[in-house]
Amino acid sequence: MAELGAPAGALRAYWALLRAQARGQASYRASFAVDLVSNVGATALDLVTVLVLFGVTRTLGGFDLRAALVVNALAACAFAVADLLVGNIERIKLYVRTGLFDAVLVRPLRALPQLLLMDLPVRKLSRAAFGVAVYLVVLAAADLAWTPARVALAVVAPVAAVLFFGSVFVVTASVAFWWTDSGEVGNAFTYGGRDFTSYPVSIYSGWFRALFAYGLGFAFVAYHPALALLGMADPIGLPSWVGWAAPLVALPACAAAAAVWRLGLRHYTSTGS
Amino acid sequence: MSRMEGNGVGSVTATVPRRRYPNVTADFRTFAALTVAGFRRYATYRQATFAGAFTNTVFGFLKCYVLLAVAAGAGAAVAGYDAPRLATFVWVGQGLLAVVLLWGWTDLADRIRTGDVVADLLRPVDPVVTYLATDVGRAGHAVLTRMLPPVVVGPLFFEVYVPHRWPTVPLFVASVALATLICFCCRFLVNATGYWLLDVRGPMMLWAFVSGVLSGLYFPLRFLPDWLVGPLWVLTPLPSLFQTPLDVLVEVDPVPRQLTLVGIQAAWAAGLLALCRVVQLRAERRLVVQGG
Repeated sequence: MAELGAPAGALRAYWALLRAQARGQASYRASFAVDLVSNVGATALDLVTVLVLFGVTRTLGGFDLRAALVVNALAACAFAVADLLVGNIERIKLYVRTGLFDAVLVRPLRALPQLLLMDLPVRKLSRAAFGVAVYLVVLAAADLAWTPARVALAVVAPVAAVLFFGSVFVVTASVAFWWTDSGEVGNAFTYGGRDFTSYPVSIYSGWFRALFAYGLGFAFVAYHPALALLGMADPIGLPSWVGWAAPLVALPACAAAAAVWRLGLRHYTSTGS
Repeated sequence: MSRMEGNGVGSVTATVPRRRYPNVTADFRTFAALTVAGFRRYATYRQATFAGAFTNTVFGFLKCYVLLAVAAGAGAAVAGYDAPRLATFVWVGQGLLAVVLLWGWTDLADRIRTGDVVADLLRPVDPVVTYLATDVGRAGHAVLTRMLPPVVVGPLFFEVYVPHRWPTVPLFVASVALATLICFCCRFLVNATGYWLLDVRGPMMLWAFVSGVLSGLYFPLRFLPDWLVGPLWVLTPLPSLFQTPLDVLVEVDPVPRQLTLVGIQAAWAAGLLALCRVVQLRAERRLVVQGG
């Protein structure tokens, strides 16, 4: 993998890739418009599901509607942004199988940013924007006791969550380097991770909660930061400082993603023919 | 069906003329052969089958915990479902997901886009029948491979509801078969929009989005207010896809009501199958205009 000498030149190349993508996708106007709208619909649906569930119960794992919405909106907003920026790395399975990945490797740009920009799903912009808007509305409506620390956490937590979900996308996609036909397995951790994160961790139990919440770290993405924002005690019993430290989970996640990606790249031996 | 359409082109249809007198034995053997071929095609995707079953099972845990928390929060039974009923609803629903197959079927749309569909039209078998027979084989394969893992794993970790009345078993089997047939018709119609639009991403996205929530896959539809559920059930085929078979299985209703729900399914299946036939015929005339 050669690198362009001047970083400015590399940036210009990335920018050209991005612009070509955006233009190409927007040129099918009708299809693009339907996609933009449907993408918002999909995110709105997660919200509607929570409202329907609270139509038949008043509490969910010790959370009332107001508190559950903070968890849900934080997770949904971060996932939508991560899906926009990194989600399309899923397509690497296709690239590895068809051999297109070789073309990516011989270009004088880094492989990961190239892959992300080559397919940046511009239509998912609407979903990400909607997710951020819902997060802001929910925070405003949740009647939180705002302090400077809470404001900082409300900003840092979604950013860390985006990094975390992005790392999950990269790790699950890297599986394709070893197992090309891994199919939907990655979905269990990407979309499954989003679903897990969208509800208070207190509703899960046993080994399943231990594995997803603390083994894989999904509890620190939305649940613990939301507890800190709300000033609630953890129904599971972890101390309250955990919520404030939770965004740090993005650091090991990113490190792990980078390590797995590099390992996979080194393992990659093309498809032959 | 006038012969004057298509700018006065003589031929009305691109297909080989169909036999005037039905030959039931030959038709049945053709259907069976196509079904076996569909089964064998999916039997070759072993890794994908494993991956799919694994993912369905993980989502089973996620959905089950959410609905059980709802039941716990509400105190007693929710909308007629107690905790074991909800667990059965989720786990059998996860098993049915690949049998009924809401998403990911683009065979017809792909063939329309590439033009391969012409080969389907030249065969002396109705394309609707061909695709249906193949889909029956696919569903049969899914019952044996994709349905079992969630249905076996669920009861290991959660208390599930086992039906008590004997009529429930045949009704459930009939209901699953009808749900698969209805879903095939819906998928066929969504794919068939490709005859007119060529690009089916829009209709596909819309279908994925509407069918998931209104079929009972995300939450039992009875959680919704009554004025919404009734019309939804009768006026759209969507609750017939998952809500009906699962409600029949967990016995939320007495037998006559179960029969009514399956009856609604049968009506939708017949209507949609006829609609597929009509749409396909019109599309074939359309293809004559496009060809050349």
